[in-house]
Amino acid sequence: MKRLAYFPGCAMKDQARADEAGTLHALALLGYEIAEIPRWNCCGTVYSLAQDDLMRHVGPVRNLVRVQGMGERRVLTLCAMCYGTLARSARFVQDPERLQRINAFMDTEDDFRGGIEVVHLLTLLRDEVGYEKLAARVKRSLDGLRIATYYGCVLLRPREFAVDDPDRPEVMERVVEALGGTPVAFPERTECCGAYLTVGRKDIVEERVERILRSARGGGADVVVTTCPLCQFNLAERRLPQAPSVPVLYLGQVLGWALGAEEPAIADLLAGRPGASEPVCSGGAR
Amino acid sequence: MNEVTVFIMGKGYRVPAGLTIMKAMEYAGYRLTRGCGCRGGYCGACATVYRLKGDYRLYADLACQTPVQDGMYIAQLPFTPAERPPYVLDELKPEGATLLALFPELARCVACNTCTKACPQKLEVMDAVQASLRGDIRQVAELTFDCVSCGLCTMRCPAEISHHHVWQLARRLNGAYLTPRAEHVQARVAEIAAGKFNGELDRLVRMTRDELVAAYKARQIEA
Repeated sequence: MKRLAYFPGCAMKDQARADEAGTLHALALLGYEIAEIPRWNCCGTVYSLAQDDLMRHVGPVRNLVRVQGMGERRVLTLCAMCYGTLARSARFVQDPERLQRINAFMDTEDDFRGGIEVVHLLTLLRDEVGYEKLAARVKRSLDGLRIATYYGCVLLRPREFAVDDPDRPEVMERVVEALGGTPVAFPERTECCGAYLTVGRKDIVEERVERILRSARGGGADVVVTTCPLCQFNLAERRLPQAPSVPVLYLGQVLGWALGAEEPAIADLLAGRPGASEPVCSGGAR
Repeated sequence: MNEVTVFIMGKGYRVPAGLTIMKAMEYAGYRLTRGCGCRGGYCGACATVYRLKGDYRLYADLACQTPVQDGMYIAQLPFTPAERPPYVLDELKPEGATLLALFPELARCVACNTCTKACPQKLEVMDAVQASLRGDIRQVAELTFDCVSCGLCTMRCPAEISHHHVWQLARRLNGAYLTPRAEHVQARVAEIAAGKFNGELDRLVRMTRDELVAAYKARQIEA
């Protein structure tokens, strides 16, 4: 078993529990001993772009201090938002002067020494597990389920923190293929869902969500998957009556199901597909 | 007499070493009508901040529990203004969204940990804010069980959270919705309502004083 420090983030313990459950099930089968970091706090959610607003980096850096305290050199996130804030703050405090000031402020913690790598689930699956090994561990194929892989913003922007080519990403499609699903052509997959405008300008989010879902449905998608809890919320909850009714799930639900976890949402999807008559379980890897 | 010098609201006094801040203030001539309650560390009324000579930290503690030190600069904070929106417990759900709807400023936490450093009860205050953000009501209730609502964390918080009101709500939600019902208590209440103990009570009421004294002396006492 390979030990891997894990930062869940708030959503994984609340509305995205299904994502965490499926992913952790899969990672255990893939040989990882997942060690949730102790006493973690909110990642910061929105990365502060102000150069002098050091206070906004205290939250993410405190989490990195906890990883350091575990004796680990890297930390895994499942949530696209957490990935963005943690990875960017880790880079932000590579500047010695900023690091010194943040350490002086956090005078009850061990000094942060830097050098913690923040890894997103998708890069872990691609670069360390590998698509072939992932496919070999599949217990029940997604059986060609047509999946629209929705990246949204923070997995791909800004460019230096992108988990893949920001213009032509393929990592999520490749993961879906390894699990036996069929990724669909989906032009809006890297468009913004409207993010926090969901609070004050629902109309803008509703318009964008409709466009994204039409694009996914146009590609023939049975389901949309994402790794971002805010995208998932917007795509699922900010729908106008005329928007396509395609379901929106977390990647971890799909991943977990394929590797044998209980996930009623996927089972229902496979059972409810038009023309579905074959048994859902195809009995092993493709 | 072994004395130390303390500065109360900026004025120096010589007071006996070993006094608490509260007793030192009274020794110096202050008559406390606010900022003073149980004198036992439970009521949270005597929130106090102080600095020590040559130390940049601002310390926070309860005046009734903290001995004076030489060179202490002391100010009391008898009251912390804090917003507590009205709510009806029966209409709430025990989830994070409930806390955030009533106290949206929770989401302003930047994890600076200043609240934790200010807590005289040595609670992990910031951890409780974080547990609130992820909707773990039970964890909030457990982390804040010993909160005395002194308001020091609230006074220090850059995100302007009214901590003690959030904690009180979390403990109420935990007690009302998440804690298993004490069935033996409900059974006993039903027994009382059904009159099971009425005869015994009537017998006591009818006793003379001498009979009561004798019964009291003969009562069963747990070893």
